Amino acid sequence: MRQIKIICPNGHLGFAPLKVESFHAGVAAKPDFIAADSGSDDVGPVPLATDSSASPRAWQEHDLEEMLMAARKLNVPMIIGSAGDTGTNSRVDMYVEIIQEIAERHGLAPFKLGYFYSELDREFVRTRMLSGEAIEGLDGRDELKEAELNATHHIVAMAGADPFVHLLEAGADVIIGGRSSDSAIFAAAAIHNGHKEDTAYMLGKLLECASFCAEPYGGKETVMGTISEDGVDITAMNPEQRCTIASVAGHAMYERANPFHEHVAGGVLDMTNCHYKQLDERTTRVTGSLFRHDNQMRVKLEGAGKFGERYFGLAGIRDPHTIAHVDQVLDWSRAEVKRRFGETGYEIHYTVYGRDGILGEMEPLRDQPAHELCITVQGVAPTTEVAEELTLTALRQLFYARLPNVKGTAGGVSFPFDEVMRASPACSWTINHTMPVSDGLELFPTHLVNVGKLEAAE
Amino acid sequence: MTMRLVDIAKTIRSKNAGVDKITFDVIFIEDSDYKHVRDSGVLTRKSVAALYGISENRITDFVNFDPARAIKFSILRNRSSGSAGDPDIFGAQQYAPLMDIEVPEPD
Repeated sequence: MRQIKIICPNGHLGFAPLKVESFHAGVAAKPDFIAADSGSDDVGPVPLATDSSASPRAWQEHDLEEMLMAARKLNVPMIIGSAGDTGTNSRVDMYVEIIQEIAERHGLAPFKLGYFYSELDREFVRTRMLSGEAIEGLDGRDELKEAELNATHHIVAMAGADPFVHLLEAGADVIIGGRSSDSAIFAAAAIHNGHKEDTAYMLGKLLECASFCAEPYGGKETVMGTISEDGVDITAMNPEQRCTIASVAGHAMYERANPFHEHVAGGVLDMTNCHYKQLDERTTRVTGSLFRHDNQMRVKLEGAGKFGERYFGLAGIRDPHTIAHVDQVLDWSRAEVKRRFGETGYEIHYTVYGRDGILGEMEPLRDQPAHELCITVQGVAPTTEVAEELTLTALRQLFYARLPNVKGTAGGVSFPFDEVMRASPACSWTINHTMPVSDGLELFPTHLVNVGKLEAAE
Repeated sequence: MTMRLVDIAKTIRSKNAGVDKITFDVIFIEDSDYKHVRDSGVLTRKSVAALYGISENRITDFVNFDPARAIKFSILRNRSSGSAGDPDIFGAQQYAPLMDIEVPEPD
C-alpha cells in the first residue's frame, strides 16, 4: 500500500482566506493530494434557506486559485467538498465556473473536472416519506413531518466518500463536491489508494479543520496528513505551529458532541482506542482507529426554510430604576405590539445585553445586571413592510413604557438610531435527519468534463 | 481552600456541535490537574445543570477524554442555531459561567 500525503490549507474554504506561506511550504513537500472542505452549518440557516454563500466570492476565488495552480503544477488531484458553504447545486455550479475561469485566465493545460450534486428536491423527499420510509431525526428530533418539509426551501444530503472515490476512479484531476462530510473528502483520497477505512477516515478527521489541530492557535494555516501502514501522521506546515498529542486529541473532540465517534454516510469512525504518539516536534501519529459499517446505509439531510422578513433595532438604558425593572419595560412593549398586530402571525425577540444577552435563561448572573443595558429588538413578519412597522412599534414602545416611580419622565430608553434596520430573512433549520439509501452514490449524481476544451467527456 | 476552574484549565470553550447542540470542552495541560478536577465532583452532569439552570436531560453527553486531558459535555439547544433571536449562532460564548466553578485544592 502506497504511503500518501495530503495537504489541507483551510478548514472552511471561503470563510476567510488561506495563509499563503504555510500553503506554499505544504506544496513544497510534494503532496499527493490538495484538499479542503468549504462547508459548514455554523453559518446558520440563512445561506441554505436562501441559496446564498456566507462569504464574498473574492475569498472563495483566492483559495481556489491558489489550490488549482499548485495542484496542476504538481499534477496531483485537488478536491473540494461542500462547495460555497452549503453545497447546493448553485454553489457547485459557481465553483465549477470559477475553476473554468481560473484555468482559462492562466491558460492551463487541459484537465478533467469532476463534480457532483447533493441537493434534493422537496417532492423527492416527500415521495420517500409517503412510501413509508422513516426520515429519522438526529439530536433528539422526531421523525420528519410534512409540516416541517413544507417549511423547507432547500435540502442537501451529506455525501460520504463514495462520489469522490467514483470521480477519482474516473480520472478527475479536480473535484468539486456538493454537501459532504468533512472527513470523507480526505478519506476518499486514501481509500482510492487502497487504504483501509479505519485509517482513511481518521486521516480525514484530523485534516478537515486544517491548523485547528495544531498549536499555538492560528486558523487558515496548512497542515499535512500522511497515511501509511504505520498509522496517520499529522504535521503543521507553519514553522510557528506544532501538532502535539494535546492539540491533535483536542481537535478530535472539536465541535462534536462526542469525542469517540464520528458518523458519516455508511458508518462510524470509532476513536475510543486511539493511541497518540509524538513523532517529532511538529508531527503526531495516531493509531488504533476503527471504522464500523452500518447495516443500513443512512445519509444525513440538512434542510432550512425562510420564515419571514426581519428587521432589528437598538435601545440603551442607563437609569438604575429602569434597569431593575427592565422586564416590565419589555412587557409594555410586547403588549403594545399585541394591541397593534394581534397574538400570532409574527415573532418579536428582545435581547438584553448587560443582563443575559448571550446566555438568556442559562445565565447564572441574570439577577446582577450591569450599570447600563442594550436591548436589541428583532421583528419577523411575512412582508418587509409589516416587519419594519412591527419592529419599530416594539422599539418605540420601549421609550414610552409606563414604569411606576421612574424619575426620568421624558423618555425611558436611549436610541443610537431612531429607526429599525433590515436584517437577513428569518430562517430556521427545519431538517436535521437521516434517510436510508441503497448505496453511497444514490443521491449524488456525478459529472466529468474536460477543462481546456470544455466538451463533455462522460 | 478552593481555586477557580479558570486558574487551572488551559482551555475552556463552547461551540456548536451540529445545529441542535452546543458542546463544551474543559482542557488541562497537567495530567494531575485533569485527574484532580475530574475526580473532585465539581464538574458533573448535575453541577452543570444547576449552574446553567437547566434540566439534566438537556445534557446529552458528558465524557472524560483522557488523551486530551479534557472533560466534555453537550447541551441541547431550545431552538436550532441561527433561529431569529438566537444571540449566539456559533455557540461560542456559552462557556463563561464555567470559569468561576470552585475546585477544592488538592491535598
